This record gives sequence, C-alpha cells and structure tokens, in this order.
Amino acid sequence: MADIAAPVSSSAAVTLEEKPRSAGGVAKAILGSFLLRRVLRAFLTVFFVSTLIFFLVRLMPGDPVQVYINQQMTQYGYSYEDAANQARSLFAIDTDQPKLLQYLDYLKNLASGDLGMSLTAAGTSVSSIILSRIWWTVFSVGTALLLSFALGSLIGMLMAYRRGGLFDGVMTTVGSLLSSVPNYILALLVIVLFGVRWEIIPYTKMRGSYSSGVHPGWNFEFFWDAIYHAILPISVYVLTTIGGWMLLMKSSTISALEEDFVTAARARGIPEWRVLIFYVGRNAILPLFTTLTISIGFVAGGSLLVEPIFQYQGIGSRLYESINQRDYPTLQGIFLVITISVVIANLLADLLYSRLDPRIRSKG
Amino acid sequence: MVDTALNTESAVADPLDAAPTVDKKPFWRIFVERNKLGTFGLVLLLLILLLTFIGPFFVDGNVKTDVSKIYAQPEFWGHPLGYDHSGRDIWAQIVNGGRSLIVVATVAAFIGTFIGVTFGALSAMLPGKFDTIALTVTDVVLTVPSIILLAVLAAFIKLDSAFLLILVLSVTAWPTLLLAVRAQVLSLKEREYVEAARMLDLGMARILFREVLPNMASYIIINLVFHISGAIYGQVILYFLGLVSFSGTNWGLMIQDAFRRGAVFNADSIMGLLAPMFMIVLLLWSLTLIARSLEDVFNPRLREL
Repeated sequence: MADIAAPVSSSAAVTLEEKPRSAGGVAKAILGSFLLRRVLRAFLTVFFVSTLIFFLVRLMPGDPVQVYINQQMTQYGYSYEDAANQARSLFAIDTDQPKLLQYLDYLKNLASGDLGMSLTAAGTSVSSIILSRIWWTVFSVGTALLLSFALGSLIGMLMAYRRGGLFDGVMTTVGSLLSSVPNYILALLVIVLFGVRWEIIPYTKMRGSYSSGVHPGWNFEFFWDAIYHAILPISVYVLTTIGGWMLLMKSSTISALEEDFVTAARARGIPEWRVLIFYVGRNAILPLFTTLTISIGFVAGGSLLVEPIFQYQGIGSRLYESINQRDYPTLQGIFLVITISVVIANLLADLLYSRLDPRIRSKG
Repeated sequence: MVDTALNTESAVADPLDAAPTVDKKPFWRIFVERNKLGTFGLVLLLLILLLTFIGPFFVDGNVKTDVSKIYAQPEFWGHPLGYDHSGRDIWAQIVNGGRSLIVVATVAAFIGTFIGVTFGALSAMLPGKFDTIALTVTDVVLTVPSIILLAVLAAFIKLDSAFLLILVLSVTAWPTLLLAVRAQVLSLKEREYVEAARMLDLGMARILFREVLPNMASYIIINLVFHISGAIYGQVILYFLGLVSFSGTNWGLMIQDAFRRGAVFNADSIMGLLAPMFMIVLLLWSLTLIARSLEDVFNPRLREL
C-alpha cells in the first residue's frame, strides 16, 4: 500500500502533522491567516475592478473623457484648457498627465472617496448620489436574500424528507419554473397582470422608497412605510431565487440523510426531529453557503432592472438612469460601490461559513 | 437497490447475463423513463427551435409599421396575437425574433465553456504562478455581479455587431466552470489510470484529452446548457437597457420597445409585452429542465434516490 501510493500518502501525512492537535493558539493562528487571506482577496478584487474601470474610461477607443472634452469644445465653444479642466473635476482624472500618473492619481482619489462629479446632475458629487441611494438597495436586497435563503432551504428540506411524494413533485416543478423566470420579466408581469389588467396591486402607490408625507427617522410609521414600498422588489427577488435554494437544499439534504452519522444517531434512539434538525439539517445547509456568495452578486445585479421597473429609488435604478444618459462618472462610481458591497457581503458570508464549518478554515 | 435488482434478475436468468441487458438500454430511453419533466423540457425546446428556425420560412419577418392597425384586435388566421404600438404584427415578430437570440447565446456559451475547460485544466496541470493568476482572475470575475459587469462593459463598448455581443456575453460565462474543471482535474490527476498514463510519459495534452476530459464530458455538457440560458438572460438585459445597437426583430428588443413606449401601463397592448416574455420564459424553462435532468441521468447517486 505504502509502496504503490508513496507520493500521495506522504503528502497526506504532512497535512496531518500540520493540523493543530488541541492547542488553541495554533487554531487561532490558522483562523487569523484565513481571515487575512480573505480580506486580502477582497482588496484585490476591488483593486482589479478599479483598474478595469480606469482601463475602460481612459484606454478604450472612443474614451468618454475625450468625448466629453470634444463635446464641450464644439458645443459650448470652450477652449481645450477649460474643457479639460472641467473633465478633470468631473471624472476625477487629470488628462494632461501621462497615463501611468493618471492611474495612480485616480487610485488615490478613489481611496479618499472621491468618485468625481455627475455629468447630468450638475454640481452633485457621485459619492453623495450613491450615499442617498445605496441603503434602500442594501435593505431590499439584503432582506430578500435572507428570506429566500431561509424559506427556500426549509422547503427544500421538507421536499427531501417527503421525496417522491406529491409535495416534492409539485415543488420540483414549481421550483424549476421559478428559477428560470428572469427577475425583470417577473417584475414586468406583476405590473402588467396584477397592476394594470386585474388591478389587484396598487403599484402606483407602491412606487418610490417611501411615501412623500413620511419623514425618514427611527419611528414605526416610517419603518412600516419603507417595508410597504419594498414589498414588490423584495417579493420578486425572493420568488426568482427561492427555486434554486429549494432544489439545492433538497439534493444536499438527500445526501446528508445517507451519511453514517445519521444512521448512527437514529440507532442510538435520538428523537427523529432532533436527527432531522441537528444532524441532517445542520450538515445539509453547509454547502449552500458557498452558493450564497454567488447569489449575493446575482440579486444585487438584479436590482439594475427590477428597481427601475418598480421605480424603487435604490442604487439599481440610478445605475439604470446613468446608463441611459451616458453619465459615465456616476456609472463607474456605482459599479465600484456595488462591487465593494458585494465583496463585503461575500466576506461576511465566508467568515460565517468558516465559523459554522471549521474544516473550511484549514482548506482555504 | 443493487440487491433487489440482482434477485429479480437471477430468478429469470443467470445474473451474469442479466447485468448487460440493463446497460443495453439506449441513453435516450433512460432519459425518458427517469425524467418526465426533462422529456417535457426537451419537447418544449424542440418546438421552440422549430418555431424560430423553420417558422421564418412561412411567416415573413419584414413587419411594417401601419398606423391604422395600432393595437388592432387579433385575427385568428394569420395574426393571432394582434398588433403592437406601431401596428406591426406581433406573431410575425415572435416567429422571427428568437433566432439571433438563441444563436448568439449558444456561441457565447461555447466560447465560455472553451475558456473554462482550457484554463481550468491548464491551471490544474500547471501548479504555481499560472494557477495562482488564473484563480485570482476567476475569483474577481466571480465576485463582481455579472449583470452589472455586463451592463457596464456594454455601456463603454459600443455593441454594434453580433461578434462584440458574443464576446461580452462570454466574459462572464467561464468562472464556475473553470473552478469545477480545475477541481476535477486535480482529483483525477491522482487516480491510477492517469498516474499510469503519466508514468508512460504520454504527454500532458494526451492525458488531458484522452483521460481527463472524457470523464468530465457530462459535467461540461450540463454546464453548457446552463451557460446558454445564462447568455439568453444576459442578452435580454442588454436589449432591455438599449445597449445593443444593431437592429432586427428580437424578443428582447420587443420587450424593451414595449416598456419604453409605456405599453406596460396600457391594457390594450399587453400582448406585445406578454408574448415575448412568455417565449423567453418557456425557452429558459426548457433549458433548465433539460440541464437538471441531464444531471439526474449522469449522476447515478442522485438518480437512485
């Protein structure tokens, strides 16, 4: 045995020895390096995206900064100097310097939170636009993610326990259909059918992020109003993602049900509900966390179309407007901020996962 | 499961004879028997393909605007879905509006699959710098919300040809596959037959194409189907955002047109919006059903349960 698979077994022995036996200090060091690795990776992602934006803005043919300068010169008769000065303040990029210096300057501005000025909303900085919008999206998308994850995995677990039954059959069909309906199409359907045709949902009243008479603050009235206005986008996010969670949890539960420790637990006479929740459920839900990180980005991306359809005043609808109006500084700022938000959310999900499943810490 | 199969077979004939008869069943019969939903999806997809690829020979796609027919009522023969906001026949647009959508998505998915398989296998075979770089890039693309990335790329790059559209769509289609192929190759690398091939000094390309990839064929095919539906999803978004600047009849364009013209809020014009949405949902649903059933068939562990 040892002769045949010499390289494999020796490497396995090394990893075994590296594993912390019991010393808390060693375990902590590994967790620390895991955290460090993840944080580093998060920073790297943000850095890559900023670089991509710079590349798109400055190095592509037909670069928007040059287009803007030319436009100012031909339309308003500015001199090149004036136009370039304006572009500099709007894009937070100095066009006169060499490209490499521009790039470094741009990174420095980003690090200090300067994202430039909006082209269409004169005199408004991109960061103030983003700050006024982002929390609505964080609220609606975050709520939807948690709801969909919780409900979906619960239904998926029930499907696995009753597999082959009527509930399983119906939910498998419904789940596959729901997971293949794009969120923007469901949003349009809600308005076209329930809003306009059957007039069940007062979608005109539910527009915006809150009603005009209500003032933001820590009171029940505002809170209730914010939820009321977020109901439509949240339901769309939940309905379009829940199918995926259901089916994933079902197959994950089925394979967890087969594990030896489940049989052992049953043999020991542990009550069935305890086995199902603490032995099967806990282990079945673990693999879902890796998908959760992908889902965060997916739902955040969905806000790009769902928010403008419902006229919800979040960051997605603002991005939609800036794409339509070719407001490049706002566009790149929102792209960056959404990326940073998703990276942070991913980091949190990763850390939570590593808490729940210690095995992941050593694997990285 | 295995025990019961052996018992019933041995009652009829020698178990050694019986085992091959189970395997002899053609692949499609296993598929149909095991997956009623998958078969339904396959039939649905074939019908959609028939409509969008053969249909245009019978229904003229050159729809003309006709002011007298704006939101006109449907006629059962010839114009079953009525007319849109410019008086164009909706049925003719539906028949002619799926072809480019499907072709572009399929090509983009193939390119994405090619990138994922090639670089996934390479990074597993070449540990070290290449692997680290490939993993980092994958991680970045995987983290950035693909829809946003797609929209921002399309906003900066003018998508005026099908080629550029395909290129942008394939940018987001490879990361998950790359990771999966890499993981699979890494685990296959340790198996005896690959080890044996390596000891015979058969060369990396040969090991990859002869030993590793055939083992992953099912996985790659399933991923391809998922990527086709992903590319359709992304493509419709780009049309919806008005970022695709070459024209033609297209379901995505129909939705965008109807939305921009306020057809959403006009009860008479519902067909112009519902019909393309219905087609897209059916297409995506059929692809999802097929992919999931292929998973069932190729993954015996799931099938037996």
